[in-house]
Amino acid sequence: MKLHVLRPLVTVIGIVSIILVARALVVPDDFGVHERGYMYGWHRKGNEEDWKKFKIKYRGAEYCGNCHEKKYQTIQRSPHAIITCENCHGPAIDHPSEDRPKLDINKERAHCLRCHTYFNYPTSGRRLIRGIDPEGHNSGIECVMCHNPHSPGLGRAK
Amino acid sequence: MITRRDFLRYVVIGTAGAAAPLGLANPAGVLAGKDLTGPRWVFLLDTFKCVGCGLCVKACKTENEIPYEANVSRTWVERYVIMKDGTVLADTPKAARDGFTRNVIDLGQGKTQAIVTEDIAKAFFVPKLCNQCENPPCVQVCPVGATYQTKDGVVLVDRKWCIGCGYCIMACPYGVRFFHPVSHTAEKCNFCYHRISAGLKPACELACPFGARRIGDINDPDDEVTRIIKDGRVSVLRAEYGTNPRNYYIGLSEEVR
Repeated sequence: MKLHVLRPLVTVIGIVSIILVARALVVPDDFGVHERGYMYGWHRKGNEEDWKKFKIKYRGAEYCGNCHEKKYQTIQRSPHAIITCENCHGPAIDHPSEDRPKLDINKERAHCLRCHTYFNYPTSGRRLIRGIDPEGHNSGIECVMCHNPHSPGLGRAK
Repeated sequence: MITRRDFLRYVVIGTAGAAAPLGLANPAGVLAGKDLTGPRWVFLLDTFKCVGCGLCVKACKTENEIPYEANVSRTWVERYVIMKDGTVLADTPKAARDGFTRNVIDLGQGKTQAIVTEDIAKAFFVPKLCNQCENPPCVQVCPVGATYQTKDGVVLVDRKWCIGCGYCIMACPYGVRFFHPVSHTAEKCNFCYHRISAGLKPACELACPFGARRIGDINDPDDEVTRIIKDGRVSVLRAEYGTNPRNYYIGLSEEVR
């Protein structure tokens, strides 16, 4: 073969081989087309496992009930039974342990007002919740001063 | 001297040979499509039940380690207020992380608009999260294969692989994607993939006191969510985009975008 053909040919073959070798070294073995096909399934398979190993923080009310059985039973009898413990007490991640022997309780007025600011919104479930006008109803005081979140209603006021 | 016939033959063989290590000559890979074994996760959202407490947003941010003070979130709640004169007002202050506690619409940039309750025709709350579309445009545009769909339909982002180009953030018609303030990679709701894979509910569903948001497996005919989707009247967001979103809404109104 003539030199002016051979030279560019060798150059091109060289470049392609370098790219292929680099690709084989850089791209992990599990990278490729997976279950969802060419358009949507082109990925590193190991990343699915990475996501599955992400730390779980919220444990659910039943987990709390395993130890705090009495509290759990009380709230189950109240209208607040629908609220999971961790919404006010924070996620039970690593609890109980030396690092987290106690959880922080959110007693803020703003926390109660998430549901109990009254909005008369037609077609929304919000209007069915017993609510207050935050400016008119004992403004500035924490709700837990009078109401017990585990059995709300003034009938059982503190 | 090489003949034309031979030249073409060598070109074809050479191309096929060069393509083989790239996996392009693997017909099984090309043809792989839907597999109906195992779960296919979907969400059912009820706009009648949602009260805009924002506990889902709070739980989501904590569970998925999204910086609490940053104004980004994997899920959010929108308030729609439609006045009797036809005006549509909508807001989602801080993604509704602290719920809706004032009867005032946040117009952004510090501006607000008070609402006169008597003038409201209808008002409701709409929870939003990733639709895990059957045809996710965000996945198609990724130039490096960092975002993808799993067999069970969830679209995930490979933080190690993402180069942060932001194409996917532009491509999503629902605006669910954003940059994670810490990892600086594309971030999105993944139905709490770590929780659902372990048989738990997603954090937002666990936190919702009203059952306004529920996950389901559309491949399981006995799943209650599947039954409601199949037998009930549900609708999806922006069906005209052809993305085939998999979040089904009860009580959606045409004003909802």
